[in-house]
Amino acid sequence: MTLSRRKFLGWMGGASLAAVGARKAQAASNRTFEGYAGSLAVLHDITRCIGCRRCEAACNQVNDLPKPEKSFDDLTVLETHRRTSAPAYTVVNQFSIEGATGPRTFVKKQCNHCLEPACASACFVKAFTKTPEGPVVYNASLCVGCRYCMIACPFEIPAYEYDKALDPKVTKCTMCYPRIMEGKLPGCVEACPTEALVFGRRDELIQAARERMRVHPGRYQEHIYGEHEMGGTSWLYLSGQPFEKVGLREDLGTAPAGQLTSGALGAVPMVVGLWPVLLTGIWAINKRKEKIAAQEQAEAVAAARAETEAQAAASLKAALEKAAKENAATVAREVKKALDTAKSAAQDKHDTEKKS
Amino acid sequence: MTSPQATNGNGRLLTPFNVVAAIILVFGIIITILRFTGGLASVTHLSDNNPWGLWIGFDLLVGVALAAGGYVTSSAVYIFGLKRFHAAVRPAILTGFLGYALVVLALHYDVGRPWRLPYPFIMSRGTTSLLFEVAACVALYLTVLFIEFSPAALEWLGLKRARNLVHRLTLLLTILGVVLSTLHQSSLGALFLIVPAKLHPLWYSPYLPIYFFITSTIAGLSMVICESALSHRYFHDRMDAEHRDGNRDLTLGFGKAAAWVLAGYFVIKTIGIAADNNWHYLATGYGIWYLVELLGFVALPAFMYAVGVREKNVTIIRGTAAWTVLGIIVNRFNVCLVAFNWQLPADQRYFPHWMEIGISLFIVTIGLLVFRFVVTRMPILYAHPDYDAH
Repeated sequence: MTLSRRKFLGWMGGASLAAVGARKAQAASNRTFEGYAGSLAVLHDITRCIGCRRCEAACNQVNDLPKPEKSFDDLTVLETHRRTSAPAYTVVNQFSIEGATGPRTFVKKQCNHCLEPACASACFVKAFTKTPEGPVVYNASLCVGCRYCMIACPFEIPAYEYDKALDPKVTKCTMCYPRIMEGKLPGCVEACPTEALVFGRRDELIQAARERMRVHPGRYQEHIYGEHEMGGTSWLYLSGQPFEKVGLREDLGTAPAGQLTSGALGAVPMVVGLWPVLLTGIWAINKRKEKIAAQEQAEAVAAARAETEAQAAASLKAALEKAAKENAATVAREVKKALDTAKSAAQDKHDTEKKS
Repeated sequence: MTSPQATNGNGRLLTPFNVVAAIILVFGIIITILRFTGGLASVTHLSDNNPWGLWIGFDLLVGVALAAGGYVTSSAVYIFGLKRFHAAVRPAILTGFLGYALVVLALHYDVGRPWRLPYPFIMSRGTTSLLFEVAACVALYLTVLFIEFSPAALEWLGLKRARNLVHRLTLLLTILGVVLSTLHQSSLGALFLIVPAKLHPLWYSPYLPIYFFITSTIAGLSMVICESALSHRYFHDRMDAEHRDGNRDLTLGFGKAAAWVLAGYFVIKTIGIAADNNWHYLATGYGIWYLVELLGFVALPAFMYAVGVREKNVTIIRGTAAWTVLGIIVNRFNVCLVAFNWQLPADQRYFPHWMEIGISLFIVTIGLLVFRFVVTRMPILYAHPDYDAH
């Protein structure tokens, strides 16, 4: 094979490109993905929430959701803890930390719009998208309805239209994605009378939250919930009470959900690559063992046969020799006998002749 | 089960088995209509907090695990060279093929829009999802099982050339079957890697995929023992000498393998507790239930299999196999239903609706009826006289 200079350079170019590609994929970095730069978020200051449920009403309206049995003015609803559901993308829950008579704390619950969402990682048709603007949105036209997103979500947010026979959807807060793309505020933020909800750039809201902690020492827990939880979320919380006591789990860790499954997914190509080699190897070893066993058996049979034949030949030869010897002896004996007979006959004749 | 009269083809239709099966089928069809007119809410106790119930816990997780006999038996015979178990391959492949086909059927009830089940492949591939891996491998493996099973059907139909063509692919199909089974059996466990916040720490482990794969081989071995015992009882007249005489040897051989794999599984489960330092949970209510699973359904059958093999007692091994199959069901229920959402208050937990149980029974019944249909017609429990089986 001849190798032209041009061809050689072409190959080298290809190899170095591959090397550059490899470096890009494998390069160590001191940076982690901390969400899309400039993405939008909401800061929920729990200490400011008065439990008026106007955010719930606004959410119901802007999303064209069915009217609930009890009106949004009915605050007795707050007496039982609720979760998000198909007709309610957001709910306000009430917590009494210091007994039933003490001051009450209200917490709004909705999709937290993770920076690296568990639902999006778990969806096998990519029906969920983390938009660069911040909201995590759902595409019903792809959804199969397997509900693995609901299993995966650590905040127990996505809900499902269990009563629909043919076109059930997963439902959840969209951070009013269509509205914010028009430059409007999310429905709940706009409706909030106490500015317990503030909408803005995530990085700026984190700054603002720190500023509030600094200005009001002792008012807040020294933690912005959602800054790092599950890799960070686009809904941030400030609370005067420990987060665990107002329904925000503190045992979720800071790793994004995708990291929990990446190891198992990474093992797939290894199994695909190595299993056939291992299994074919075991098959080949067994095949060879069988072949050798058959060969050895054939050899053993042949050897046994040869030995038997040799033995037979030897004993035949011995028998022949013996027979020959016996024959010779017999001949000799018979000859001697005949001679003796002849001799004695001659003697007899001689004697008779002598007598006569 | 079925009676001999029902199996030999000349018989009465009104056997107890047939009557019970007919009742289940009628109920199943009614519930099917309700499901596809009223939605999941009309026939299940599923909720926003409990999106997966019996149809995932039993029909998918248990169904796939118990259908593992196909890859276990075919790899034992064609790869590991245990040719004396050859007679067990076809029944195991048939059971596996039916098992997977029924899993896919059951998923049509559970997912919201079943006609979109091919979407992960044709519309939008969500490759970051473990469920994508499960879907891809189950779809491919169902195809592999279909091809592996097809020689029996082709012999029955008398299509000699097609049968011989497929027969030549045996080794390739067997290797493919083991690769795909390794992947999706383990992926079913890996589905739960994403929920450390919802699955009880005793059952949540980074080793979940390995646990699911190892238990699938245990399930496969035990199911083949059970299936061959039942076939012996009910389809004895359909068997040739190789199947009749090989059964004892098969039971002893697979029992021995199951004893060893169960022992290994016990060790890695214990390592799992140690690795996460979960010992203190053993003293809680969940811990006691965990010990019931680990000691009662892993350690005990490992020991009983060993005793059965040592004493050459087929009855002990068969009983242990049935107990082990029950243990697999307990394990999958624990991961998917019992220990899942353990953080929720009792009134928000899930218990299946009777109609969910009805559909699961319906699907198992379809499986039994198709199995009976096939083994009473096709060369499954006997070698077709026109072909050399080896």
